[in-house]
Amino acid sequence: MNRYLLYPGCSMDSSAKAYMESLNSILEPLDLTFEEIDDWNCCGATEYLGINLIPAYSLIARNLALAANQKNRHPETGGTRTVVAPCSACYLNLAKADYYMQERPSLGVKVNEALQAGGLQYKPGTLDVRHLIDILVYDVGLEAIRSKVVRPLHGLRVAPYMGCMLPRPDYQHRWSDHEHPTELDDLLRALGVDVVDYPLTTSCCGGHMTQIGPETAFELIRRLVADADERGAVLMATVCPMCQMNIDAYQNEMNHYFGTDYHMPVLFFTQLMGLAFGREPEELGIGVELVSARNALATIGVEVPVTQEPAGPRKKSEGLPMPRRWTRHEGKETVK
Amino acid sequence: MSAQKQERIGVYVCHCGSNIAGAVDVVDLANWAAEKLKHQGVIIARDYKFMCSSLGQELIEKDIRELGLTRVVVAACSPHLHEKTFRIAAQNAGLNPYLVELASIREQVSWVHTDKAVATEKSKAVVAGAVSRVIENIPLEEIKVPINPNTLVVGGGIAGIQSALEIANAGFHVYLVEREPSIGGHMAQFDKTFPTLDCSACILTPRMVEAGTHPNITLLTWSEVENVAGYVGNFTVTIRKKARFVKEDLCTGCGICEEKCPKKVIDEVFEAGLGYRKAVYTPFAQAVPRYPVMDKENCTYFIKGTCKACEKFCPTGAIDFEQKDELIHIDVGNIVLATGYDLFDARRVSNYGYGRLANVFTSLEFERLSNAAGPTNGDIVLRDGKTTPTSVGIIHCVGSRDKNFNNYCSVICCMQGLKFAHLVHERTGATVYNFYIDMRTAYKAYDEFYQRVLDEGTLFVRGKVAEVTNAARYEREKGKLIIQVEDTLAGKQRRIPVDMVILSSGLQPRHDAKEVGKLFGISCSTDGWFTEKHPKLDPVATMTEGIYIAGCAQGPKDIPSSVSQGAAASARVLDKILQREVALEPVKASVDQDACSGCRICNGLCPFNAISFLEDRMVTQINPALCQGCGTCVAACPAGAIHGTGFSDEQIIAQIDGLLLRTLAPVGE
Amino acid sequence: MPHMTDERVRAGLAREEDLSLLNEVSMKTAGVSHLEMCIQCGTCGGSCPVAMDMDHTPRMLFAMLRAGMREEVLRSNTPWICVSCYHCVVRCPQEVHIADVMYTLKGMAIKARLFSDSTAPDFSQTFVDMVETFGRSYELGLASRHYLKHFPLRLPGMMPMGFGMITRGRMALTPRRIKHMDQLKAILDCAKELELTS
Repeated sequence: MNRYLLYPGCSMDSSAKAYMESLNSILEPLDLTFEEIDDWNCCGATEYLGINLIPAYSLIARNLALAANQKNRHPETGGTRTVVAPCSACYLNLAKADYYMQERPSLGVKVNEALQAGGLQYKPGTLDVRHLIDILVYDVGLEAIRSKVVRPLHGLRVAPYMGCMLPRPDYQHRWSDHEHPTELDDLLRALGVDVVDYPLTTSCCGGHMTQIGPETAFELIRRLVADADERGAVLMATVCPMCQMNIDAYQNEMNHYFGTDYHMPVLFFTQLMGLAFGREPEELGIGVELVSARNALATIGVEVPVTQEPAGPRKKSEGLPMPRRWTRHEGKETVK
Repeated sequence: MSAQKQERIGVYVCHCGSNIAGAVDVVDLANWAAEKLKHQGVIIARDYKFMCSSLGQELIEKDIRELGLTRVVVAACSPHLHEKTFRIAAQNAGLNPYLVELASIREQVSWVHTDKAVATEKSKAVVAGAVSRVIENIPLEEIKVPINPNTLVVGGGIAGIQSALEIANAGFHVYLVEREPSIGGHMAQFDKTFPTLDCSACILTPRMVEAGTHPNITLLTWSEVENVAGYVGNFTVTIRKKARFVKEDLCTGCGICEEKCPKKVIDEVFEAGLGYRKAVYTPFAQAVPRYPVMDKENCTYFIKGTCKACEKFCPTGAIDFEQKDELIHIDVGNIVLATGYDLFDARRVSNYGYGRLANVFTSLEFERLSNAAGPTNGDIVLRDGKTTPTSVGIIHCVGSRDKNFNNYCSVICCMQGLKFAHLVHERTGATVYNFYIDMRTAYKAYDEFYQRVLDEGTLFVRGKVAEVTNAARYEREKGKLIIQVEDTLAGKQRRIPVDMVILSSGLQPRHDAKEVGKLFGISCSTDGWFTEKHPKLDPVATMTEGIYIAGCAQGPKDIPSSVSQGAAASARVLDKILQREVALEPVKASVDQDACSGCRICNGLCPFNAISFLEDRMVTQINPALCQGCGTCVAACPAGAIHGTGFSDEQIIAQIDGLLLRTLAPVGE
Repeated sequence: MPHMTDERVRAGLAREEDLSLLNEVSMKTAGVSHLEMCIQCGTCGGSCPVAMDMDHTPRMLFAMLRAGMREEVLRSNTPWICVSCYHCVVRCPQEVHIADVMYTLKGMAIKARLFSDSTAPDFSQTFVDMVETFGRSYELGLASRHYLKHFPLRLPGMMPMGFGMITRGRMALTPRRIKHMDQLKAILDCAKELELTS
């Protein structure tokens, strides 16, 4: 049995819960055990670093310190020093903190001083921070994955989308290439997928720009979706919750902004793995995407049961629960 | 620790302008030596602005003659620089040159310290060490050995050819060894040469023919050096002459075998992967020698056991499937290494798409594409073999000046990129863009060529190209290669759609340069180029006597510089040959055979194969002609039976005592 | 985003060049920035997927850093537009940690209160507030607070999306909180002290 420590990251139980469900479904067939880091906290995404350097790295390092404490909890299985992060942004933050604490020792000293205030410490280099797909391709291996495929996804034309924060900056030299890595392509091919040549595989999805400069983000999303469409892909496979969220949730708005009519579903690669391993779509969180993958999967005969469609946009007079709630609370905001 | 017999020692402190005097109180140092080392025999200590100048040397010579000095210490720069100068000065004045010691107070003191008081104190210790040591020095005589007048030139590119011809024309014999089937090197692949646009083949082939027919040149192509033994003047070299499967004495070079051979292979070497050859082939029409070689890996007969079409059709019966590799042993006095370069593998810059995007070409591919003798007869077309591009982007600095790949500037790429721009413009009329970081057109008539290309309308964009992509964003980009770049002079990102991209790839050391360097006993820089003896004043010699380097093996350079270096290396070789004999440093190890226990520990350690074991007497012996005085065996001998002249235990211990200032006279003495 | 007026540029040039700026930015950046090694080749500006929305390309910003144009640099929208895609970082021939320099410049701009559009700094601050309150990010709270302040007119357009996310269970209605908030708070408080003194 192969045991790893898991840093799920905040989106795995909300916007990317389909990722978590599908991830859980492939662990057992591949003989993997993921042990969640106790009481992990947010990695700060791309926001904390721009405000305060040392708090940002201390925030990340708390997770590393907790994981390091936990690494030898199961000596009977040899323990593990590998932390798996399924989210590219989390992976990058954890890996980068570990690397920079070594590259600039004064940062390491200060971060440890802060950790000390919480009774923790972390010696950089203690852990290996790796992304989920890295584990699957290089530890589990394509052969083992191929051997578990009972429903090959032949004929499903997929654009493999790695995103940017996974293969770059790659201080640990884990990936085959910074620009056109082949790990995702190879894995999808092992599932029988008809992988299209997708030159934008590591281009950016817009990151936080969907929140702060939507026009900028829409253009980035447009490029990705347009090129995948141009090359005949019926869906995109991703390895990152932020990528999935941006391309899926903002695709309609993007279409509206440019006057286009793209319909490019984005699924997590683990959802495709689950399908190939014989699981049913509803077990894998397929159907909760906003740009539905139903038609795309129908091209290879996989039927996604119709979930109850939301009633669609409500009329203005019906009121909008989301903002109102917070309008009331904002005045009473006490936490800072 | 007083010397048994009193020597008469002179100490000379050099200012080296302000190089030493700026950080060391040289007057104080000289006075100190005269006073504190007097009891060891220092009878005179002087300081002088430039000790290495003729006036400085005369000062020492005069003291030797007039004061009867028996030992000299010069406190100046590293022995690497001027030990020889002062030894010659001593010899001129009648003193054995090995009774002179240099105390390095520049490299080891003034250049590495800023505190003048501390530096001066350290200088005193260094000088005290040198004085104690020089007392223990013994007079040595140089060993003279005759020089073999034959020369080995390795590499048959333009630098090697030039070098071989110069030596051969002077009347001495040269063995010219080339790994490929023909001499000519990279220059034979080129179409035109910058800045004059001479046809490369037209100026090269006469030289190739001259080298191939010269009575003083033995040409060994399809051959590689396997072993090198010996030392300057007396090298023994083993060369593997690979089986050609063609009898050279019978072959007329008619080419029928190549014509009849049914096996077509992509030519990765001469055609840079852009064209085909047969399994039996001469790489190009003007190849020297004209005999073909058979490529065993691809020959149908060697793979399947049948075919032999070449043998059937050969009119002279020159095909010989039974031919074996041959080992040839030659004796030479000097060796020139002109082993050239490899082209940077542009696939490593994955953002430029070479290998992924069909119409991205490397510089060597483009040379073949534009060459009238190349796969398209000189038609500049896309990889489909027929479409003429209407727009072409030429990217400079590919793999060079980039910490992700090679740090250095590859020297030739700017001019090469300009040459390509001219050729594309002239032959296709396409719109041409050149993308550069800095335009480097140093040397004669180079910048004028830049002006010419500007005048022809080539569009220059200052910026290192970020990526070449086929992901179109807009209608006008569809079906094109898009070059994305910051036009740094306009301060804007641009996306420029083109039909063809040419990568002006950099030069790299040969993939096996390190092993080759080791074979010949020379070193490589951190970048991997062969290291010259002095970067400015001795660019073609190496730290190993008798081994010279020329052309791109020493670093990236263009054709004129390669030719100059080839000629320069042969001048150095001829200089050595005409000396008829060579003086070897007398710093050697020797075995006290009475003390040798015959344990053989030293036997396998000698890097120069100078140690042999006398089975009859069960003792070890060292060949002084082969010994380079490295000291490995001296340190290894458990019985202390091996001595290194110039580095005896007495000398070393005396120097340490001096450095620790244990040799100073007690106060009051 | 508004551009600097000509008068400001002139005023900037009339001031004495602040040659300590480059070193300050370099020292405040995580890891070793290599900022002083920039050869102005433009690989960063060429690689950037969002250069079209920046007022200065990263390369130009580095030239301005060298020239000591403190206010102009900190007012630039470039660091706020940066999407941290690291294309420039891996391609930079001089190994400049460009993305991390952008983070440094954001922090400096916030401290000097020199940004010209508060959308991005506010978003970062809102995010940080959430994390410092709950220890985890809280998408619904974050999005609603942020959109109300900066994009109230976009809200109606966003409704189908937000509605879809909630009905599909992809947006939690209540925040999740870590167990040892006190420990995290102690760590962050100490880190903030250290930030001030470094």
